[in-house]
Amino acid sequence: MKKRFRSQPGPLAVFYAILVYIFLYLPVAVVIVFSFNTSERNIVFQGFTLSWYKTMFSNSELMWAFRNTLIVAAVSTAVSTVLGTLCAVGMQRFEFKLKKAFNSALYIPIVIPELVFGVAFLAFFSLVHVDMSMATLIISHVTFSMPFVEVTVRSRLSGMDPSIREAAMDLGAGEVHTFFRVILPTISPAVISGAMLALTLSLDDVVVSYFTAGPNSETLPLMIMGMVKKGISPDVNALSTLMILGTFFILFFSTRIQRKLENS
Amino acid sequence: MEDKKIIVRLRGVVKRFDGDVVVNHLDLDIREGEFLTVLGPSGCGKTTTLRMLAGFETPDEGTVELEGKDVVGIPPNERDVNTVFQNYALFPHMTIEDNIAFGLVEKKVPKKEIRERVQEMVKLVRLEGMEKRKPSQLSGGQKQRVAIARALINNPKILLLDEPLGALDLKLRKQMQQELKYLQKKLGITFLYVTHDQEEALLMSDRIVVMHDGRVEQIGTPEEVYNHPKTKYVAEFIGASNLLEGYVTEIEGGRMTFSFEFGKINLKSRGFKMEEMFYLCVRPENLRMSQCPVEHFHIRGRVTEVVFAGSVNRTFVRLVNGQVLRAESQPDVEIYPVGTLVYVYWNPDKCSFLHTQEDQIYDVIEEEIDKTLEEEANVSIDDVLPSE
Repeated sequence: MKKRFRSQPGPLAVFYAILVYIFLYLPVAVVIVFSFNTSERNIVFQGFTLSWYKTMFSNSELMWAFRNTLIVAAVSTAVSTVLGTLCAVGMQRFEFKLKKAFNSALYIPIVIPELVFGVAFLAFFSLVHVDMSMATLIISHVTFSMPFVEVTVRSRLSGMDPSIREAAMDLGAGEVHTFFRVILPTISPAVISGAMLALTLSLDDVVVSYFTAGPNSETLPLMIMGMVKKGISPDVNALSTLMILGTFFILFFSTRIQRKLENS
Repeated sequence: MEDKKIIVRLRGVVKRFDGDVVVNHLDLDIREGEFLTVLGPSGCGKTTTLRMLAGFETPDEGTVELEGKDVVGIPPNERDVNTVFQNYALFPHMTIEDNIAFGLVEKKVPKKEIRERVQEMVKLVRLEGMEKRKPSQLSGGQKQRVAIARALINNPKILLLDEPLGALDLKLRKQMQQELKYLQKKLGITFLYVTHDQEEALLMSDRIVVMHDGRVEQIGTPEEVYNHPKTKYVAEFIGASNLLEGYVTEIEGGRMTFSFEFGKINLKSRGFKMEEMFYLCVRPENLRMSQCPVEHFHIRGRVTEVVFAGSVNRTFVRLVNGQVLRAESQPDVEIYPVGTLVYVYWNPDKCSFLHTQEDQIYDVIEEEIDKTLEEEANVSIDDVLPSE
């Protein structure tokens, strides 16, 4: 690796950087701090307690929503990662009529306002007489996260030397073996990145989920949104803190895996 | 050599990309066990030809036969042909060992046998101790050897090499040239080698195919192609050539006189007809200079530049018509200083005669120019003469 000379930042730059990080992390810090607050209101810190973590687990409504969120996130991530990856490989591999149009059509869901998406799903599912449920929720999540996976994987694929695929075929591998033995291992860091994106998108989605969730499949973000009117109970702070911790771990391990794959 | 079996037969092969003809009615036979080089500039269709043999491209017309069987339409993974790619194309996530074993794993060869054969290959290309490394940890030359081993382990009917040494520096390239030649001799596998480097082609090949604009210009041994180029293109592409354009002006008693714009030479008759146009090709190393006229040669010029090029001295001589000839002489031969008037000559056995399509085109153009001149002349006469 080439190393370039870089100068040390000046005091103004350091000050500015500190401001940026405060701006980014102060709200998160507040949630964590208040999750240990004895007061029920998120206004003043009265004293330290762990009781909200206990109440959180006995709040069956909250736990149900949490469970739904995890199921939806896991299934939609898995499905959109597989679909998005295959789509990217196909788009990269083949030349066909209207390829450009199909290509753009993949990116449109990324820019369409979520609200429009939500209304569209509502209209569509009622038109085909499908009741909203966990399944409709998952379908809608796959729809908006799949393009993100495709874009991520595609950029990696376009950087891949096309003769690597040819070399595999030349050495006797058919399409399927070429994909699993050569292409997939090469693009796996991008596949993981794509999956992470899909996971995050699904975990905190409110707008689309608001339209496509069934009565029994309320997710955590939906429930918290609902609470806003009557005030958020401190056990939500506790759950949020745990989720921040969980996100941190997932991020940590996924970057480690990616780096390992990248180095090989 | 001649009686060797023909392993690959291309007949009337045409390949177009977006309407551009890249390979134009190509006929080619490759003999078993030979080192055949396809030589040509970039864009001449040599790589496309190789890719049609590998199965990555399908010809638009013609047949590609491998051991007598038409393989058009058969995918690359079902052909007994392997390729060494220009940029190696090693699998970055696999160790050297796994890279080499790839083909055998695909063929479901027993594990124990794979291990043995990989070891054999590693030894053959001298990569002992590197088995567990990843491609990114190897130098260019080492990567190249892995690519070769990975292809050769499958015992291909023919090994296709697409400018395999293009990315290496000069010294390493020279070394790899020898290694490749050695490997080919030792294993007896047919090599189809694609390159734009004429020196490489001359050095390594049993036969050379010179390609230009999707067509074969000449097929022959390095010696034939260098000493007896059949076309102007070949003469100029392979080595430096002095091309003198002229025609026969006299045939008398077994000798003939060729006249150029700037002089004459008298040679033994070679069956040319009177007025026949041709190029005479003299290699720089065969061009000699003298301060006094040499028998049969009447070509005079002035030395314009003398360059020291290490093992040879290069002298440039300008003829009366402005054409510059290039001569190369050993350092122990006397050189003439810039400005000297010299007579150039050569051993009449050491030059070749070229009839080229360009000649015909040249003739046609000349005819047309004559015609236009005539027409213009007519017009002007009409204009000048008063009509009344």
